[in-house]
Amino acid sequence: MNTKTPSRLEKILASGHLAVTSECGPPRGSDGEVITKKAEMIKDYVDAINITDNQTSVTRLCSLAACIRLKLMGLEPILQMVTRDRNRIALQSDILGAASFDIFNILCLSGDHQQFGDCPQGQNVFDIDSIQLIQTVRHMRDEGKFLGGDDIARPPRMFVGAAANPFADPFEIRVRRLAKKVAAGVEFIQTQCIYNLEKFELYMKQAQERGLHEKVSILAGVTPFKSAGMAKYMKNRVPGMDVPDEVVARMSGVPKEKQPEEGINICVESIQRLKEVEGVRGFHIMAIEWEEMVPEIVKRAGLYPRPKVE
Amino acid sequence: MIVAERKPIEEIIGFVQNCKKILIVGCNECVTVCYAGGKKEVGILASALTMAFMKEGKELEIKEVTLERQCDPEYLEELRGFIDEYEAVISLACGAGVQFLAEKYLETPVFPGVNTLFMGVTEERGVWSERCQGCGQCILGQTAGICPISRCAKRLLNGPCGGSTKGKCEINPELDCAWQLIIERLKKLERLDDYETLIPIKDWSTERAGGPRKLVREDLQQ
Amino acid sequence: MRLSYPVSIRIIRLPCTGKVDVIHLMEAFQKGADGVYVAGCLEGECHYLTGNLRAKKRVEYTKKLLDEIGVGGERLEMYNIAASDGPRFAEVAREMHEKIKALGPSPIREALHKKKAA
Repeated sequence: MNTKTPSRLEKILASGHLAVTSECGPPRGSDGEVITKKAEMIKDYVDAINITDNQTSVTRLCSLAACIRLKLMGLEPILQMVTRDRNRIALQSDILGAASFDIFNILCLSGDHQQFGDCPQGQNVFDIDSIQLIQTVRHMRDEGKFLGGDDIARPPRMFVGAAANPFADPFEIRVRRLAKKVAAGVEFIQTQCIYNLEKFELYMKQAQERGLHEKVSILAGVTPFKSAGMAKYMKNRVPGMDVPDEVVARMSGVPKEKQPEEGINICVESIQRLKEVEGVRGFHIMAIEWEEMVPEIVKRAGLYPRPKVE
Repeated sequence: MIVAERKPIEEIIGFVQNCKKILIVGCNECVTVCYAGGKKEVGILASALTMAFMKEGKELEIKEVTLERQCDPEYLEELRGFIDEYEAVISLACGAGVQFLAEKYLETPVFPGVNTLFMGVTEERGVWSERCQGCGQCILGQTAGICPISRCAKRLLNGPCGGSTKGKCEINPELDCAWQLIIERLKKLERLDDYETLIPIKDWSTERAGGPRKLVREDLQQ
Repeated sequence: MRLSYPVSIRIIRLPCTGKVDVIHLMEAFQKGADGVYVAGCLEGECHYLTGNLRAKKRVEYTKKLLDEIGVGGERLEMYNIAASDGPRFAEVAREMHEKIKALGPSPIREALHKKKAA
């Protein structure tokens, strides 16, 4: 098997299986048990678990600490890292911190602007952007050197990922952006959650035309709606999100008590349809504050049990 | 030019509330163009302060002067003959001018009358917007004449981010997404392939991060 | 037309209200005016096309400034009156007179009085 790191996620993808990842949001406090409980719920149903990094600029327990906790539980963490809050010194430092605990996966992001979070008056850093962070991790891993040029003692061995949003504007540039990330050295992609399957299929077609689907493993993002209200909120209030009217209508069309069930149905159906799309190598299930549904989604989508790899 | 905006009157009154004789100094360059600190604005501020003081039964003698610029020593020299007669100076110049005036006249309290905002352009009369952050290493040639450092809220060199919506920035629906603008310009110039060139990590040492900056031209020094 | 209007009104003639600048309005109050109004042509009928629109904006700006210094922006108003509309002219004059009378003397006028008396 041709893998560059000990990452379990990389191995599963390299052996041709569909990978499944999910995410845990850390608490707004110092109780690490919150992470433990969430991870316990989903651990047998996923290959790796993302820990978000102060998502939407809301201050939370840091991703690195939560990833270490997962690692000590024997699980496979994916360290999400935004460039909004840390300069290149801190970023490289945290990468080494993660590597010191043998965390083998990283997701490189720019990060939502701090205006959205609890510290809108704060500074932002953006010393480097997400694409430059991809380059940095690859450089640290493959060249074994810091950005400054010195050698790294025990370089990090990390499987490098990034996000892709086929639904942000301008659409015509999204595949070019993917190409840029591939050129920068990204190895896996987790997309923004998909509701507009047609648009996603069009995006994947364009990616295939450029051969990108063979250079990077694309995991399709899905998020189950808990209610019609959530569907409407995501449609209207979340930048870069595309929720077609038919989907909202489907959620609104059932009585309130039945909406969560319908949300899961839509999610599972999406996964089934996405399995047929060439280039989709797995799924990233983001069940925000609804982690307990991940097992059901994985089972009903025919993705359980998870494969065992060396 | 440098764009600035008059401080709230209340704040300015606070600076000089115990004074009886002050000097208001305007500037004929940038702050005149953005109607914040030119001769007219000096006059308006003087009238406003006079009335505010009269209302409290206090007197305030004000001299109004507008210099060509406050960032060049020869113009600031014009104040030397009479500045000592005044208890305080309100300078309506940008932050650079206020500081330079204070440096030349160490014995007179100097207060800023405007909030200096950014280096920008006049989009239309009454609307100014930011264009340059003085990073010291201009990349406008690569980005079709649009600066991602000053016009992208995240100063991404390889944008846009996933929050760009309908050509606008995620933080403000009235703010153009800089990368959308760059992409459109590249299209017009038939250089859209250039978009895929990876822009490398920036050297920020010539920017504020590297410390206060200075430029010396030995060929011009006396 | 020989219509009558209150004697409290002092008229300052201009070729166009576009000539009114913020400083003129401020100085009027500084010199003790209890109220000031700017009477321009009807919107769309300015002889110089947009002079009265500029005046309107300057009046708005000055009103805010007068509020900031505690003199009161309500003492300043913009009106649009056709040049031939004598009755409206008189009506506005009366309206403004009543309004300012109700507000009382401006604090600046009072300060000037006190100074003179001292």
